[in-house]
Amino acid sequence: MKKSLLARNNDLANTKKQLEFLSNGIFANGELPSFKEKIKEAQNFSLRPKKLEILQINVGYMCNQVCAHCHVDAGPDRKEIMTQETMKACLDLLKKTEVHTLDITGGAPEMNPNFRWFVEEASKIGVKDFIVRSNLTIIKANKKYADLPAFFKKHNIHVVSSMPHWTQGKTDKQRGNGVFNKSIQALKELNAVGYGMPNSNLQLDLVYNPSGAFLPGDQTALENDFKKALLDDFGIQFHKLFAITNLPISRFLDYLIASENYEDYMYALVDAFNASTLENVMCTNTISVGWDGYLYDCDFNQMLNLKVDSNVKHISQYNEELLQNRDIVINQHCYGCTAGAGSSCQGVVA
Amino acid sequence: MAKTYYDPADLRKFGNITEWSEELGTKFFEYYNKVFEEGTLTAREKSLIALAVAHTEQCPYCIDAYTKDGLQRGVTKEEMMEAIHVGAAIKSGATLVHGVQMMNKVNKLEM
Repeated sequence: MKKSLLARNNDLANTKKQLEFLSNGIFANGELPSFKEKIKEAQNFSLRPKKLEILQINVGYMCNQVCAHCHVDAGPDRKEIMTQETMKACLDLLKKTEVHTLDITGGAPEMNPNFRWFVEEASKIGVKDFIVRSNLTIIKANKKYADLPAFFKKHNIHVVSSMPHWTQGKTDKQRGNGVFNKSIQALKELNAVGYGMPNSNLQLDLVYNPSGAFLPGDQTALENDFKKALLDDFGIQFHKLFAITNLPISRFLDYLIASENYEDYMYALVDAFNASTLENVMCTNTISVGWDGYLYDCDFNQMLNLKVDSNVKHISQYNEELLQNRDIVINQHCYGCTAGAGSSCQGVVA
Repeated sequence: MAKTYYDPADLRKFGNITEWSEELGTKFFEYYNKVFEEGTLTAREKSLIALAVAHTEQCPYCIDAYTKDGLQRGVTKEEMMEAIHVGAAIKSGATLVHGVQMMNKVNKLEM
């Protein structure tokens, strides 16, 4: 298994280096407009939050996989894990806000030793949509995770899982050898307890990230192709497919540079800029909480260590009124969320 | 003058053809975009046809564009290669079927 950029002492493990790279070259010499210039051209005001609707909590960067495109640079060697104390602060925050969606992510969130306690406590508070982003293979990684489908069902968790393609070759190339077969087994187990079945309330959605230096195609067409192939080949069913663009940060940025695709990819993102996505990009209704309790406009900004531009920077200081009165922190990676039909953790936005 | 006849970066400038003939360029791109919309054929099927024709036309820009387009649509490399074989079969068939013309001529000329 490969290692994270951090474990490899790769330059790009340093977020300042990533931001430097994204600000220089084609964006510094005027070949392409910066994201700030582009949105100014489109709407002539800065990107601001609307009502807070989604709380996304990253409970740690540890993961049983080392995916080639991972924006978190997650892996077994990452030790950043949210403590129970910070989780309690998240629960307090959840009680105070009117968010309709709680979105737990990682790494593999299930690897946090307090994950189940947190899910149990959070589900008592009650949110309309309680998402856990599960990588699927964790269910097959160790006996102690084997009952996860039943655990998810007990708490009516909305399971969102990554699947870059319905074929083994493309999936394993992006997510690691053996991932496809384990994911298929895990999906069958989720189906067996009712997840993803027609008319079932147990929501099972898949996330499609392109397995290379290209943008996702039409979400509906891809969903239809995924549904047909997974049903025909494996008897698997799921509800929705979210097509998510790979943002040029972390391991995907490293891949773009190493494969000499960086410039073409950035051109593709800028060419596909769609101003109508600005109204609904996820940073306008989401707060991302890091494993250590710091607050970010989105999970991508978290991975670039771009904290919210507010006096309130940590969950311990939470004040919704102050926090909502902020400008969203942007950089060139934001082009990933405004390309084509737009991209967010819930798929397209336009 | 450019050092090579084909520069991959020129593909990004395709839209610039409109600058020197706005009406015709605009009409062409309207037509082009309409052709590739979902229709009786799916956009995915059209993408594979375009890839096959890109090869028979031996247009490097089109090959780049429709390989990437196929990947975006989830087309597999096996599907892409089969599509190219369809183009190749027609291209070689088109050559070989002219062999009948040669045979006709030989039969007419020889005693």
